[in-house]
This record gives sequence, C-alpha cells and structure tokens, in this order.
Amino acid sequence: MTQASADSPTGTRDDKDPLLSARDLVQEFVVREAGGARGGIVQAVSGVSFDIMPGETLGIVGETGSGKSTLARAVLQAPRPKSGSVVFRGQELTRLRGSALVSARRNMQFVWQDPFGSLDPKWQVRSIVAEPLAAHGVGSSGSRRKRVEELLDLVGLDPARYARRHPRELSGGQAQRVAIARAVALEPSLLICDEAVSSLDVLIQAQVLNLFERLRRELNLSYLFIAHDLALVKQVSDRVAVMYLGKFCEVGPGESVYKQPLHPYTRALLDSIPSTEPGAARAAAPLLGEPPSPVNPPSGCRFRTRCPRAADKCASEVPQPRELAPGHLVACHFPLTGPAPAQSASPTVPAAKAER
Amino acid sequence: MSQPISTPPVTSTDSALLEVEDLRVAFASGGREIRAVDGVSYQVDAGRTLAIIGESGSGKTVGCRAIMGLLPAGTEISGSARLRGSELIGLSDAQLRRHRGSDLAMVFQDPARSLNPTMRIGSQITEAIRTHRKVSKSGAREQAVELLRLVRIPAAERRFHEYPHQLSGGMRQRVMIAMALACRPRLLIADEATTALDVTTQAQIMELLLELQQELGMALIFISHDLGLAASYADEVVVMYAGKIVEQAPAKRLFGAGGTVRMRYTRALLDAIPHLERDAHTELPVVSGRPPDPASLPSGCSFAPRCPAAADDCRAKEPALAEHAQGHAWACWHPCENGGAA
Repeated sequence: MTQASADSPTGTRDDKDPLLSARDLVQEFVVREAGGARGGIVQAVSGVSFDIMPGETLGIVGETGSGKSTLARAVLQAPRPKSGSVVFRGQELTRLRGSALVSARRNMQFVWQDPFGSLDPKWQVRSIVAEPLAAHGVGSSGSRRKRVEELLDLVGLDPARYARRHPRELSGGQAQRVAIARAVALEPSLLICDEAVSSLDVLIQAQVLNLFERLRRELNLSYLFIAHDLALVKQVSDRVAVMYLGKFCEVGPGESVYKQPLHPYTRALLDSIPSTEPGAARAAAPLLGEPPSPVNPPSGCRFRTRCPRAADKCASEVPQPRELAPGHLVACHFPLTGPAPAQSASPTVPAAKAER
Repeated sequence: MSQPISTPPVTSTDSALLEVEDLRVAFASGGREIRAVDGVSYQVDAGRTLAIIGESGSGKTVGCRAIMGLLPAGTEISGSARLRGSELIGLSDAQLRRHRGSDLAMVFQDPARSLNPTMRIGSQITEAIRTHRKVSKSGAREQAVELLRLVRIPAAERRFHEYPHQLSGGMRQRVMIAMALACRPRLLIADEATTALDVTTQAQIMELLLELQQELGMALIFISHDLGLAASYADEVVVMYAGKIVEQAPAKRLFGAGGTVRMRYTRALLDAIPHLERDAHTELPVVSGRPPDPASLPSGCSFAPRCPAAADDCRAKEPALAEHAQGHAWACWHPCENGGAA
C-alpha cells in the first residue's frame, strides 16, 4: 500500500518469506519543456509497497497513467526506482549492479503488451527462444535445441512448424506465445506480465490466459499481472491491487475486492465494465472526468477530484491504508462500508473513526 | 435442425435508413483472390444502434469501409447499400464525398493518428466544417466551439486552441467525434472507436455516442470485437466470421437472462470474455485454432474446423444464414439449444 506498516503491509501471512517484497517504491521523471527547461516532476509511482508469495499471483489494475507499467519496470530495475526497496528471493535488487543484477534477474522474466515489438524481426523463433539460455550459458547447443522444442510444445506451438519461422510469419497470438516461451526458458520464479493479452482477440486471449494458468500449475510460477481490465485481472489473480495516480487505493483477495469493493474508485471501475446483460452497463453512471495530471496531483486523496464521496478531509489529509477485512486494505477516509460523509464532513463516520 | 421461417433474413421496411444487401468485397493479394466480405445483408433504422462483432479479419471493418467508399482502387465491390433509398455502391469519389459530408461519417480506432499533430484542434474542426458547408470563417469557428461543447469537452474555448498532443486519448476521441458530427450525419459508423481507451473512458464515450444519437436522431453502427459492448449498448447485433454474417438478432434476444445464442461461434466469443463472476484460476472455455485463411476457406461451414459440434454435414455443405425465429437469423446445421450456456 502507499505507506507500509512495518511488518506485513499486504496481508496477514507471516509463515513463509515472500518471493518478492517491494517497499515504498517511488519513481519520478522530470518533464522538460521546450528548450530543455525543467517543466515539472511526474510523480509516476508514489510510495507503493506489496509482497508476492511463492506461487501467488498479484494483479494490478489501473487506467492509463496510473503508473502500473512504471511500477513493473521499477521492480525490474529498468530503470531503477528513485527510492524504496525491492527484495527478490532474499536479495536487495536496488543495491545490485552489473552482472550481479543480471544473474539475480534471471528468475524474474517479463512479457510486454506488443509481442512484435519485443521479438527481433530478423531472428527465427528457435533463436529467439534459445537466446536467454545462451546468454546465461545454460547447456550445450544440442541440449538447448531440445529445450527450445520442449518450450514451444509447452506454449502450444508445434516446433516442426514454427521453430524456423520469423516473427512476421506469426499471428499476434502466436508471437505472444513465443514471447512467453522465451520468458519461461530459464524457469523463472516470477513472471511480470504488462498488458500481455490486451492486444489479442478475445478467443486467442482466452487461449493465452489458459496457458498462463497451466504454467502457474506446472512450473509453480508467481505472476505480477498488470492490466487495465479488472475482470481479466481478477480471473488470473489471487490478490488484486487497484492503482490510481501512482498509489494503491485498494488491495485484497480478488473475490473480496470484486464482491465488497471498499474504495469508490474500485466501485467505479467495476461499474464501467461492459456487461453481457443488455443495458446493464447503462444503469450505472460512468465515472466523470479524467485522472488529473501526475505532475501536480491533488492534495490529500488523489482520487478526491472525481470521487462522489469526497469531503473536506479528503483534501487535507492523505488517507492511509487500513485493513478493514482479512487481507483487504483500503486507503480511503470514507470507504464504502460506511455511510457517505455529510457534505460538511462531520467526523462521525464509523469506518473512519475505527482507525484513529 | 429447424426449418427457416423465411429467407433471406433481412426484409426491407420503409423506415430503414441504411439497407445493405448482398454486399461483397474482394481484392487480389499475392495473386490470390480474397473475399473479405461475402454476401452481407443488414439494415439500420434512424435512431437505432447496430453492433457488428467479429475477430480481426472477419470482414467487419472492410464492409463498412466499402459503404463509405474508403477502400483502395482495384477492390471489387458488388451488391447494394442504399442510404435513404439512394445507392452508394458504384458512386464516383466526388459523389461519395458529398454523402460523406452530409449523411455518413466514421470514427476510427486511433484518434492520435487521425488528427494532424501540427494543427490546433480548433482549426481542424473548422476546416472540416468549411470543406462541406459554405460558412464564413467566424461562423465555422462558432460552430466548432459549439461542437466541442456538444461532445462535452470542458473549457471548449480553451481546448479550441490546443494541439492534439495536449489532449488525453479520450479527449482526442471526443474531438474526432466532434469532427464526424460537423455536418450532422444521419449515420455514424464507429470502428473500434473505444478499443484503445480505458474502461472508464470507454464507458464515457459510449454514453456520449448514445446521448448524441438521441439528440440528433442518428443511426449508429459500431464495429467491435467485444460482445460485451454489443450487449450493453446495441439494439441489434450482427456477428461476422470469415466474411459472412453467422448470426443476427436483437441484443435483447441474444444476451442476458433467457438469452438464446444459437451459433456456437457467438457462444464461444461470449464464453471467452473474462467475467467477474468466474472464480480465479478456472480454465476459460476456449475454441482451438484461429480464423481461416480468407484466400483458402475450408469447404462447408467456415467455422467447422474449430467448432466443438462439427459433424460431417458441416464440412460437406455450407449452412445459409436464414431467419429461424422472429428477427433471429443464424447459419448453422447444429445450433445450440437453450442458448448453449455452459
């Protein structure tokens, strides 16, 4: 969450060590105006903390500009976060340099949105998939060839048909499978997926989602699964975090976030999903306006400028994450469990009182 | 297999704004003939919304571009598309441009690429107005600001002077809609107009389109790969596969409680959408494979190689699209019973 309590910010587990533990991640970029003058600082990620346990999938959902992709890259140290810590398999990544970082990252692979953008168009599929094996000096060239065939099989591509193809001879779904085969080649323990199925047609998307599910079971993979589609994220995730303007506003078990959303923003996201019930999506009023600029985010709660429940307190005080249900945290002064605040912001809201 | 009540499925009525009949589009690619659209018929009435749904390459966009006259020279187009009774297919560029100005308009997926990055948005809208209408510069300017207000752009006067890069994706799409509405079209075609947008922005743009449709009495065709969008916003739904319509019905008949989807392809599209109601980590029902190569379609039903219910007759003979129940047409030898819900 935005500010980590000392021990266990995202849940109640303490029986195992987390696979990945991020604390107070901050990433900022300087915007330049014409002529290179400093125009302002984009606060892309503003103090985000979370844990991922072995074999667990954490989904992150948010709109364009919420900082979810920047967060993924900060975890990968590409680029390194401005401040905060990323502990992966017991190693503090932010302090590692050069080859030490490369070998620590071997267990952390990623799949991006555009498969063609991440596959070298001049290479054959078999070389693309073998590349991480060769780079880390795994096996002989003969054993690597066998491993590539296994990997292509694993992602549902017939090696006899696809190994010698170039990316341009693949469909979007096939290219994404090649990217996934390459990502799991080194048997990573964490796969970071940033909008990895968003550009695919719905039937192909379902095939790739099932593939992720199978890899999770067969390889005991953990995922950091990032997408703007809440239904999609919920489908693959154990826990879901909702991100808005660089901060987590709600984190919890997927089922509980969907059935009992606590943050008004989560409610709005849920209401915006087109339903297969005729006319259902039109019943709820859509969220008004657009996210404000991350160069100059609103004071207090960053969602307050679009929030139907916003009161005076929301402008003056940054809401801290509070655990209102087991493992379910929300950063909101007036979460959806209690009545909406009176417009004068009377301090008698039960849910708000409990914390302070 | 039930007997069709009537065939062809689309019977013309006097109120239809656009009537498309047996539309065919073919082009040559690498020496092979590709039949991108193969005998498509539908109609849209004023004030109504039609959703055309299909995967990439199903012919959903090509068909609408043929009606708009936006396909490259050398494309073979046959059949008929009548707008208020006047034929659009076979018109010259100049004649079509007149229609595009006043009767027809289209909004595309990527607003960033459709706008000129070096021109202020106000000038672009003003230009669009003056291309089609004889108005003074200041008159066009007033109309342009009015249009920006119509598409609910806040601080329209100020936005008028901004460049496209200063606007968000949702705002740019609103500008594109404003330009499309410049000449008050009777029919607006939105081609994946919300696909690149966030879910909250998508909801805003769809609401805007439906509100504008009510205000201006337009007919709206939206092309999408998302059946959820069709269920939420359309009156009538057309599902395309490999250049043909495979199912066509009112949205109310297909979706929701008591929905009766008959075509297994439509069912598959519906089932593949991740639902919030589904438990995490459950396997999504999928159909294997991908759409056929349009240059070498399989014999019989095009969907047979991927269909879980395909039988010998499906591979031997192509099922025709026929109206089997009031307003509901499908092209299948072995349609789903009870809507096919799992």
